[in-house]
Amino acid sequence: MTALGEHLLITASAVLVACAIGIPAGILCCKNRVVRTFVTGIFSTLRIVPSLAVLFLCISLIGTGLWPAVVALTLLAIPPLLINTTLGFSGIDPAVIETAHGMGMGRTRTFWQVKLPLALPLVFTGFKTATIEVIASATLGAYIGAGGLGTIIYTGLGLMRNDLLVIGGASVAALSIISGLIISRAEQLVLPWRNVHQVG
Amino acid sequence: MTVAIEFQDVTKRFPKASYDAVDHVSLTVDAGELITIVGTSGSGKTTLMKMVNRLYEPTSGRILLDGVDVMSVDPVKLRHGIGYVIQQIGLFPHMTIAENIAVVPKILKWDKARITARVEQLLTMVRLDPAEFAKRYPAELSGGQQQRVGLARAMAVDPAYMLLDEPFGAIDAITRAGLQDELLRIHAEHARTYLFVTHDIREAFKLGNRVLIMHDGRVQQFATPAEIERQPANDFVVELLQTAEESI
Repeated sequence: MTALGEHLLITASAVLVACAIGIPAGILCCKNRVVRTFVTGIFSTLRIVPSLAVLFLCISLIGTGLWPAVVALTLLAIPPLLINTTLGFSGIDPAVIETAHGMGMGRTRTFWQVKLPLALPLVFTGFKTATIEVIASATLGAYIGAGGLGTIIYTGLGLMRNDLLVIGGASVAALSIISGLIISRAEQLVLPWRNVHQVG
Repeated sequence: MTVAIEFQDVTKRFPKASYDAVDHVSLTVDAGELITIVGTSGSGKTTLMKMVNRLYEPTSGRILLDGVDVMSVDPVKLRHGIGYVIQQIGLFPHMTIAENIAVVPKILKWDKARITARVEQLLTMVRLDPAEFAKRYPAELSGGQQQRVGLARAMAVDPAYMLLDEPFGAIDAITRAGLQDELLRIHAEHARTYLFVTHDIREAFKLGNRVLIMHDGRVQQFATPAEIERQPANDFVVELLQTAEESI
């Protein structure tokens, strides 16, 4: 049970920090072309680096344990959040923004009441992708002593016990699926307008 | 008649353009008029209109609303007094019909009961049953119904001016004819000043009490439909009238 708790803690910390960085960065990317080229460049390069390599790099910088794993997983979670946020904001129908301004909504009001809600569906997509990727990769965290469900798997490998491998693997898979379902349900509740049926 | 809108030698040249989109336009519109502005694409008709609510700003010249230069007013406040409807409608897809209409009243801090009453009144005015439509989302409405909501939303705080940029341009011919009649009825009931941009000369003649014909950023003729037909000002106007006749 502690393994599950640790896994959830690592995942939640990494995804929350990634949201705090990736979403604002994604918004900035839409406002400024230079920032966009720079930031997306960095993160698409980072994406190529395997998670395990990032984990080992983190050991040399921060040492072993929970936090290096969180740092590595945060780096992994930022790209999907950042890219989807950018797509969400840049995909808003310009006519909607024009009417917002034409009606006399100021910049701040337009951002909070129009742009952000309309970008949210894609931000949710990024959040879901990031969460599921982090849940899967957090398994590797056990390698550097971060704990989590990976511990069960590595113990099973070490002792050649198939039952532990199945329990570990199945619980990671179950956790991914359940998180995906919860996020989708939350999206339906937060964005009721996404569920309506379009008129031809 | 009191003057509602006055253009004084207004010119607009966009950055990096080599010509004036609007070229020294001077004219006055009286309160309560429904002016249609007609011209081909690139004639400057939309640019002329968008300078009224400062979506564009004139390069030179002045635009006065009730005698006040629009450039001297905060654009956000200015726009609360000007209804704005565009061809793409631009309803907020994440808000219900009632919420869409309530946007400007909420900004102006109307109380809840007043907003609810106003939404009902406006939906009834554009002939959409409030009980059926208020809680729906825009995607659940047809194009024609959406533009009725667009009209209602623009009129939410009963602005003295209405700017309509080809509002019925993307709507099928039969629905469009119905909406044109509705617009005439609404304009007759609430005497406000309307500027209505269209590329359809027949729509311009049907709706406008005066028609402003534009070409290459300049006014070709600004007169009642009857006067224009009786006495076209120049070759361009003659040609425009001929194309309208041929298209029937």
